[in-house]
Amino acid sequence: MASALINVPNKARRGEIIEIKTLMSHIMETGYRHTATGEVVPRDIITSFVCRYNGVEIFRADLFPAIAANPFITFFTVATESGKFDFEWTGDKGFTETASASILVE
Amino acid sequence: MHEQPNSTRRQFLGLAGGATVFGAIPIVTLRPAEATPATLAAAIRNVVGEAEVRTGKVKLEIPPLVENGNTVSMTVSVANPMTSDDHVKSIHVFNEKNPQPNIGNFYLGPHAGRAQISTRIRLADSQKIVAIARLSDDSFWSASVDVVVTLAACTEELI
Amino acid sequence: MRSTRTIAVAVLIAAEIAASPLSATEILQAQRRSGYSFMAPDTQAIQNDDTANPGMLSVLDGEVLWKSKTGAAGKACADCHDDARTSMKGVAARYPAFDKALGRPVNLEQRINLCRVQNQQATPLAYESRDLLALTAFVAQQSHNAAISTDVDPQLEPFLARGRDLFMQRQGQLNLGCTNCHDDSWDKRLAGSAITQGHPTGYPLYRLEWQSLGSLQRRLRSCISGVRAQAYDYGAPELVELELYLMSRARGMPMETPAVRP
Repeated sequence: MASALINVPNKARRGEIIEIKTLMSHIMETGYRHTATGEVVPRDIITSFVCRYNGVEIFRADLFPAIAANPFITFFTVATESGKFDFEWTGDKGFTETASASILVE
Repeated sequence: MHEQPNSTRRQFLGLAGGATVFGAIPIVTLRPAEATPATLAAAIRNVVGEAEVRTGKVKLEIPPLVENGNTVSMTVSVANPMTSDDHVKSIHVFNEKNPQPNIGNFYLGPHAGRAQISTRIRLADSQKIVAIARLSDDSFWSASVDVVVTLAACTEELI
Repeated sequence: MRSTRTIAVAVLIAAEIAASPLSATEILQAQRRSGYSFMAPDTQAIQNDDTANPGMLSVLDGEVLWKSKTGAAGKACADCHDDARTSMKGVAARYPAFDKALGRPVNLEQRINLCRVQNQQATPLAYESRDLLALTAFVAQQSHNAAISTDVDPQLEPFLARGRDLFMQRQGQLNLGCTNCHDDSWDKRLAGSAITQGHPTGYPLYRLEWQSLGSLQRRLRSCISGVRAQAYDYGAPELVELELYLMSRARGMPMETPAVRP
């Protein structure tokens, strides 16, 4: 039941630079921790994050264990046209989550 | 008959070896850091190849004194017009003393409008963080910050 | 004759020390500060922004749970309580509250479980489980900015007194009482971190140390372990009494759930 928090302005002027903030719930287990009995807790992280704007990739990130739990990523883009932002997170153990947000550009 | 003592000794050595490393640790911990300045240099070379990395243009914002190494806010920005002729292609962030040297790679382009990303990272120890930006002309620019990480007060046990 | 008088005097003095209200060390109303004010600006920024606050992820999960039917009765919280924004407004600011049937105070987590068992005919959720934390966070977030007003009920007095004693008593191998740090030494530093006044204004909260949301009882247990004493089990009456005292000590301060702390 992973959840995502997305912050995208719902309206913007054409050509305006907007900030997109994303927060995804994920433990980001580093793979460097050990249990009390000495076993390694296996790595379980989000490895990749992509954002597409009306189908075109506008931002991508490679994530490593050094990214904190519940990854928070913000970036900018130019608002060119009305439409949809699609966000996708993929990671270890077949983890994949998506979210989307609409924007009205006038 | 002769199998018995050998296997027990091997088992014992295995256990003893394990105990030396893990026996003293009663709680979930980080493995001692394995990254070194050399691994950091190698990770950087992986991205930039033989190209020269110049200091400048990149601003790495990270608190100089961190309350908790588990979650450290970080912002990297690059002074750049972000046009199709002159823009930031990617930003790569590295560390010096975590178990491995990479933190994240962020891929931008002229459509980004502003070359700035923020995220929250983990720092295992007081160390140097390096951010390297690759521009559209394939030149590399960097900035680095030394961060002091204080430990949390009471030992948090898994309870 | 003299010896009995000496003993009598000694007993009187001892009683005086034992009974001394220690009110000199209690924090003045006007000086009370939330743990928020002791944090670095970067950490405060995480709490300020709902999109950046990982505690809000749990609140979202809690909202889904609020509307999900569960238990043999097949009911959701929403079926009786409707929109939590209205029905749960200010509720968390009044907990722990006295439960007539049990004859003692219960905290918010226990209240939720009592409702699950009695009204939804569902199994109680385990303490510190993802679902219980999410539901508690969702309910408590409806009290955001509400003033803490826990101790109005006179039936709570004996429990409040016990909670106060627990706060004052020295314990553990380090022989420290909560009061020694949180009344006497706040704003000083312990291993590089600021000692706060210990007000539970934002629970359940996202602690950077835990990298997850956690309850006040979790924090109390880890602090008690920290002074090398045996921590009470989750749900123990002592922990609820301590919670009650802490909330009463913080009366009037605004709720910040879900807070972020280092």
